[in-house]
Amino acid sequence: MRDYTYIRSEKLAVSFFLHKKTVVLTLALAIASVAALLLSTGMGDMRIAPMDVIRALTGGGTEEYQLVVRTLRLPRIIAAFLVGASLAVAGSILQGIIRNPLASPDIIGITSGASVTAVAFINYLAGTVSILWMPVAAMIGAAITAILIYALAWKKGVTPIRLVLIGIGINFLLASLTKVMLVMNPETTAAQAYVWLTGTVYGTDWVVVKTIVPWVCIFIPLAFLLARNVNALQLGDDIASGVGSAVQRQRFVLLMVSVALAGAAVSVGGAISFVGLIAPHMTRKLVGPAFGGVLPIAAFIGGLIVVIADTIARTAFLPYDIPVGVFTAGVGAPFFIYLLYRNRNAA
Amino acid sequence: MGRLLPSNLAKIAGLIFGLVIMIVFMLSSMKFGITPIRWSDVFHSFTNYDSSSNEQIIVQTSRVPRALVAAAIGASLAVAGCLIQGLTRNPLADPNVLGINFGASFAVVFSVSVLSLTSLPILTGVSFIGAAAASLAVYLLGSFGRDGLTPLKIILAGAALSALFASFTQGMLVLDAQGLDEVMFWLTGSVAGRSVDMLKAVLPFMAVGWLGAVWAARHMNVLTMGEDTAQGLGQRTIVIKLIVGLIIVALAGSSVAVAGPVGFIGLIIPTIARLFAGSDYRWIVPYSALLGAILVLAADIAARFVIQPSELPVGVLTAVIGIPAFIAIARKGVVKG
Repeated sequence: MRDYTYIRSEKLAVSFFLHKKTVVLTLALAIASVAALLLSTGMGDMRIAPMDVIRALTGGGTEEYQLVVRTLRLPRIIAAFLVGASLAVAGSILQGIIRNPLASPDIIGITSGASVTAVAFINYLAGTVSILWMPVAAMIGAAITAILIYALAWKKGVTPIRLVLIGIGINFLLASLTKVMLVMNPETTAAQAYVWLTGTVYGTDWVVVKTIVPWVCIFIPLAFLLARNVNALQLGDDIASGVGSAVQRQRFVLLMVSVALAGAAVSVGGAISFVGLIAPHMTRKLVGPAFGGVLPIAAFIGGLIVVIADTIARTAFLPYDIPVGVFTAGVGAPFFIYLLYRNRNAA
Repeated sequence: MGRLLPSNLAKIAGLIFGLVIMIVFMLSSMKFGITPIRWSDVFHSFTNYDSSSNEQIIVQTSRVPRALVAAAIGASLAVAGCLIQGLTRNPLADPNVLGINFGASFAVVFSVSVLSLTSLPILTGVSFIGAAAASLAVYLLGSFGRDGLTPLKIILAGAALSALFASFTQGMLVLDAQGLDEVMFWLTGSVAGRSVDMLKAVLPFMAVGWLGAVWAARHMNVLTMGEDTAQGLGQRTIVIKLIVGLIIVALAGSSVAVAGPVGFIGLIIPTIARLFAGSDYRWIVPYSALLGAILVLAADIAARFVIQPSELPVGVLTAVIGIPAFIAIARKGVVKG
C-alpha cells in the first residue's frame, strides 16, 4: 500500500484511494501540456517569445502579436490538443471494454465511417454546399456506422469478439468504398480528400474549437464517472456480471461515449490515426491498467502527441503546412518503442 | 469443431470440391472480360496456339497471368493470415501486423517519388525488400526481453512500426502530389497488368511458403495451446515461431510485391476457413489457401464488369464479396474469442 495515499473526511462520507505515481504523472503532464501550448503558439513563420505569448493572451502586447496568437495559432493548437485527448480516451475505453490490444477507433469503423462521408462530401457536394458542413457529415457517418456495427453484432447481447470482427468487416467495406471514390474522381479532389484522410487541423478557427469543446467537456468527465465499470468489464464478461455489472448496458453506454469522442475528434481533425491505438498502451505501460488512472494520463498524452506533431508539421517544412497525421506516428512511435524496450521484461 | 464438415472424409471431399471450384473460376477468369472470348479460343490457346488470333493472344498474355496471379496471391495471403492469427493468438491479426504492407508501400513510394523508378518489375523487388525489412524490424522489436516473442509484444511492435512507416509514406505523398498520381494505382492493389515473369520471380518464395505452412500446421496446433503448454510438450517454441515468421514474410511479402497491398484477405479468410475446417491447422491451412484463391479470382472477375469499360481495384471487390460472408459467420459465433 506504500504506492497509495488516501483522502478521507471525518465528517463527510468521502473516501478515496489515490495512486501516488498517477497523481504525480497527471500533474507533470498537465504542466507539460500548458508549456507545450505556450511554446507551440510562439513557433512558426513569426517567432514569438513565450512571455510575449502570455502577454498577447492576457490582452497586452502588440496588435500584430495578438492577431497571430489569438486568431491564427491558438484555436488550431487547442483543437489539436482536444482532438488528441478525445481520440486517446476513446481508444482507452474501447481497449478496456473489448479487451483486445488492437482495438482503436479505427478498427471498429468509427474513423472509416466518418472518412467515407467526408470523402463523399468533398467529391460530390463541395461545390454546392459550404465546406463548413463537412464535420457534420463526418460525425453523422461515424454515428451511423457505429450503430450499424452494434446492430449487426447484436444477438441476445453483444460479445466483444463479435463486435470487433463485425467492426473490422464494415471497416474494410467502407475503406474500399472510400478508395473507389478516390480512384474514380479527378486528382484535385483526390488530393484534397487524401489530406483529410491523413488528418489535418489546418485553418482551424474558434468556431471549430467551439464545436468540439462541448463533446469533450461532457464525455471525458462522463468516461471518468464510468471508470469503475470499465475496470469491471476489463476482467471479462463472466467476472463482470459476477461482481454485479449490467454488462450489456454498460458496454453499450461506454461504446457510445467512445463513439461520441472519436466522432467529434475525427470530424474536426480528419482521420488522424495511431493516437487512439497507441496512447492507451503508453499510458498502461506508465501507470498500469486501473482505468481511473489511465483516463487522465491517456488524455494528456494523446493531446501532447497531436500538439507536438502539429507544431512540427506546420514549422519544419515552411512554407509547406503538412497534415498533422503525418507526424503523429513520427512523434509517438519512437517514444512508444522506447517504452516497449524499457518494459521488455515485464509480463 | 468443424461444424459444417464433421468427419475427415467430409473434409477431404470439401477440399476436392473447393479445388474444382477454383479451377472453374480460373477458366472463367480467362474467358470473361471486356473482350468477349469463346471457350474454344481459351482451350486452343493452350493446345495449339495461334499467334494471329487476337482472342488467343489476349488469353495468353493478359488473362492467364492475371488468373494465376489472383489465385497465387489469394492463397498466399490467406495462409499467411492463418499463421499470423495463430502466432499472435488474436483473430484480429493479419499479415499487416508484421508491418508488411506498410513496409512495402513505404519502399515503393520512396522509389517512385524520390528515386523516380517506375518500372513494375523493379518495384516488385523493391516492395519485397521493404516488406521483409519491416517485418524483420517488427520481429526483432517484439522479441526483446526475457520471454522472447509474446503475442502482445509483437502486436504492439507491429502497430508502432506500421504507423511509423505509414506516416513516412503519407508524408512523401502529401509533399509530392504528382507522385501520388503515379503510385495510386500501386497503392490500391491490383492483379491486372502483371506479367508471368513477375509471378515467376516470387514463385519460389511462395512455393516454399506453402510447403512450409503445411509442415508447420501440426506445430501450430501445439503452439496455439499457449507458450507454456507447448514448451511442456517438448516444442522448441522459439524455433517454431521464427520459422513461422519467415513463412509469413515469404508469403505475404511476395504477394504484396506482385499485386500491391490487397488488404483483408489474410484477416477474414482464416475465420471463414475455420467454419469448414474446425480448429486443426492441418485442415485450416489448405482450406484457407483454396478459399483465398477462390475469393480473389471471383473478385477479380467481378471487378471487370462493375464500371465498364474501366475496372475497379480488386481489393474493393474482395471486400464487397467477402465481407457479407464474414459478417454472417461472425454472427453465427464460430469464432471463440
